[in-house]
Amino acid sequence: MGTVDLDPKVPPGPLAEKWDHHRFSVKLVNPANRRRFTVIVVGSGLAGASAAATLGELGYRVELVTFHDSPRRAHSIAAQGGINAAKNYRNDGDSIQRLFYDTIKGGDYRSREANVYRLAQVSVEIIDQCVAQGVPFAREYGGLLDNRSFGGAQVSRTFYARGQTGQQLLLGAYQALARQITAGTVRLWNRTEMLDLVVHDGRAVGIIARDLVTGELRRFSGHAVVLATGGYGNVFFLSTNAKASNATAVWRAHRRGALFANPCFTQIHPTCIPASDEFQSKLTLMSESLRNDGRIWVPARIGDDRPPHEIPDDERDYFLERRYPAFGNLVPRDVASRAAKREVDAGRGVGPLRNGVYLDFSEAIARLGRSVIEERYGNLFQMYERITGEDPYTVPMRIYPAVHYTMGGLWVDYNLMSTVPGLYVLGEANFSDHGANRLGASALMQGLADGYFVLPATISDWLAPLLGEPTVPIDDPVFTATETAVSERIHRLLSVQGRRSVDHFHRELGRVLWDNCGMERSAESLDKALGEIPALREEFWADVRVLGGEEHFNQSLEKAGRVADFLEFAELLVRDARHREESCGGHFRVEYQTPDGEALRNDAEFAYVAAWEWAGEGAEPVLHREPLVFEAVQPTQRSYK
Amino acid sequence: MDLTLRVWRQAGPEVPGHFETHEMRDVSPDMSFLELFDTLNERLIAEGREPVAFDHDCREGICGSCSMMINGRPHGPERGTATCQLHLRKLPDGATITVEPWRAAGFPIIRDLVVDRSAFDRIIEAGGYITAPTGSAPDANEILIPKEVADAAMDAAACIGCGACVAACPNGAAQLFTAAKYAHLSLLPQGQPERWTRVVRMVREMERWFGSCTNHGECEAACPKEISIDFIALLNRDYVKAQLRNRALAGQRG
Ligand SMILES: Cc1cc2nc3c(=O)[nH]c(=O)nc-3n(C[C@H](O)[C@H](O)[C@H](O)COP(=O)(O)OP(=O)(O)OC[C@H]3O[C@@H](n4cnc5c(N)ncnc54)[C@H](O)[C@@H]3O)c2cc1C
Ligand code: FES
Repeated sequence: MGTVDLDPKVPPGPLAEKWDHHRFSVKLVNPANRRRFTVIVVGSGLAGASAAATLGELGYRVELVTFHDSPRRAHSIAAQGGINAAKNYRNDGDSIQRLFYDTIKGGDYRSREANVYRLAQVSVEIIDQCVAQGVPFAREYGGLLDNRSFGGAQVSRTFYARGQTGQQLLLGAYQALARQITAGTVRLWNRTEMLDLVVHDGRAVGIIARDLVTGELRRFSGHAVVLATGGYGNVFFLSTNAKASNATAVWRAHRRGALFANPCFTQIHPTCIPASDEFQSKLTLMSESLRNDGRIWVPARIGDDRPPHEIPDDERDYFLERRYPAFGNLVPRDVASRAAKREVDAGRGVGPLRNGVYLDFSEAIARLGRSVIEERYGNLFQMYERITGEDPYTVPMRIYPAVHYTMGGLWVDYNLMSTVPGLYVLGEANFSDHGANRLGASALMQGLADGYFVLPATISDWLAPLLGEPTVPIDDPVFTATETAVSERIHRLLSVQGRRSVDHFHRELGRVLWDNCGMERSAESLDKALGEIPALREEFWADVRVLGGEEHFNQSLEKAGRVADFLEFAELLVRDARHREESCGGHFRVEYQTPDGEALRNDAEFAYVAAWEWAGEGAEPVLHREPLVFEAVQPTQRSYK
Repeated sequence: MDLTLRVWRQAGPEVPGHFETHEMRDVSPDMSFLELFDTLNERLIAEGREPVAFDHDCREGICGSCSMMINGRPHGPERGTATCQLHLRKLPDGATITVEPWRAAGFPIIRDLVVDRSAFDRIIEAGGYITAPTGSAPDANEILIPKEVADAAMDAAACIGCGACVAACPNGAAQLFTAAKYAHLSLLPQGQPERWTRVVRMVREMERWFGSCTNHGECEAACPKEISIDFIALLNRDYVKAQLRNRALAGQRG
């Protein structure tokens, strides 16, 4: 230890010029030489698909690995609300500076200024790129692009395609990718899951992956490896993430030397459909955009069981509007979530299980007409109706917070390179831009910024000096050793032959995390979790039942490997939450709050990125700190009042 | 409520499959159809029997992974609803429900209810894109698109690529999928330059994998996104036009 290089490599110069300056100073690869480099991209969501397509267009050889059956099915497809960009098409005072400022402030001053500024700069080009690809963003009658405002912002800078923005952006990237597959620059490996990273002489040189249909293990060798494998929200079992989203790729890379940054920064989204029973397999998000027109309230009186329309206005508590008059229902996610929890905990929850708050559209429908609301949110209302059997046009929706997004991820420098040279991390899988809390509509922006614009510009700096160096042959002992480790682990999973299903352990882990490391955390609850997780992990390895074999399509085996990794990763998440003795963004330690219950940061001691180093099985991970220096923005107590 | 499930089991592409019957007693009507399968699988695992393989991911009707033939209808009885969004309250108590994989020559079975839908990717790769390399785009508002056009393109673009249209078609044709993607791109001004090559390439690739369309219209009824069959008319018309046009162009060149 101690050899870790946590240099963020932020370029010199004024904030607004850093990216330009940097693009000028990186080494380039001549177009004719690009086909001599192989880049392995893992993941086909917004980040991975946009990166693979763009690298292919530039002429690099790309191996694209995804466990999905088609790149188009990556979890990004489910994003609903929209994507931010500092276009200022509304003339409402937006600018790159403002998007930058909002993101830093929204992240509660726990992100790196230079990265965030670049994100805001690049945002403008993303929209241009997507429109050129044919993404059917919403338009106004004159044919110009429409915008909406989104949680945490006072300007309208969010571009959207009905309630299916993620789908349309991903299809755009997927189609660009398809073009490169036809052009022969990208090779697609679908239904193929990365199970380990191959590190040779301290550099990332390849991966071991399993063909999920035949069970065969495959070796991939490249000059660089790019992980765009998404977030780890499913460590909580119940979340809004797609069922297959998992942390295996980043966790395995962590175990091979990549530092994991701020794992405790998880985002709880305020507007999800409350759980209805114990069979619940996942939670469904109702887009945050609904907060633009819906008003959130609970009955003012505890135990008021009247149906919502019978409760007169003066007996309702519009608690967000009351507590945050300036932002009202549009306060950032962490603030809105905790406020809802407080109401439910106080006994004012609504619905059969008293586990929700109302999101009411009656006033908006009266003001704008049903057809406008239908136009804006039709598919969301339909989705809600299908799940709950209630009609939100006539009965207010019930919502409750749920795990949604993970700001933490593998540590990366300004180039998006991890602490393992040659290993890049993009999209939700890295920790880079959202600090302790992400603003709505900024994940899509970041994924596409990373994939379309940042990585393609920075990766040449790594590749250029490798010109002429062949990739490590796949029969090299390092590949054999890594593959052996992977196959031994598969055998171990299959040989336990215990009594409990994988899902049993996953649910149990989720419960431990949600109860002790969810919307609120305390030293006591975290210590409790730190005791329970290793015990659960031991029980898993003694009692899990994984049926079937390894040489065929076996979904239980896939899940088992992912849950085994979650059981290790969860401990790091909790440890990080335990060590951060302050509240910031989505990380709310009950011991650290202002008199009126807001998050109380401790900049003197915690204005840093916590980057954890794997120290081996059973050993305590080692904490490294990247200090956060604020030059352009002065950290203040966030206020949305 | 109680349900009897008849589920298709097939260990692999080359082995014959069969139906297996499971009594599901006392299940909650608020459960989703896939949660019913989760429950069944937990039970199978407890009994030491291999769980049923089925594709799923988002469980909110957008990724297009889920793909069950429920009582002979792709995604089951509820219109405009993917399997994952179907809740048991929409099924009659006490019913026997037969669940099969998509059955189509273009979608070979992998295991149980899981099929290989890669042929859809091949159609997109053949021409289902607009050539716009990263970095080359003009300002987004330089391309004016009338709202009606953007809306129509979005109606087509809503396709989730699940394959229900193919599964519903007596001929196993993929016209609705191909037409939806084609229309999305070809209705937009950005999609015009490649329009006539796109249609030919996509249709030819489609024909390599799938049966031919004889206008049964089952596809529209099965589509969880209710994509209109009118897009097929656009595809067919453009295909004919393109062949004439491309022939004329070839003639001029010759
Ligand atoms: C319901 C919902 C709605 C959202 N709405 C919005 C929104 O409106 N605006 C916004 O900005 N953000 C939104 N988000 C967040 C945003 O969608 C995600 O953060 C973002 O799409 C992540 O993209 P990604 O490319 O990083 O990863 P993903 O889209 O998760 O893609 C991960 C990819 O990695 C692959 N993969 C992972 N592990 C492996 C492995 N081991 N081997 C092989 N392949 C692997 C997967 O197959 C997949 O292709 C939403 C999120 C949810 C859950
Ligand atoms: S699981 Fe995604 S559409 Fe059904």
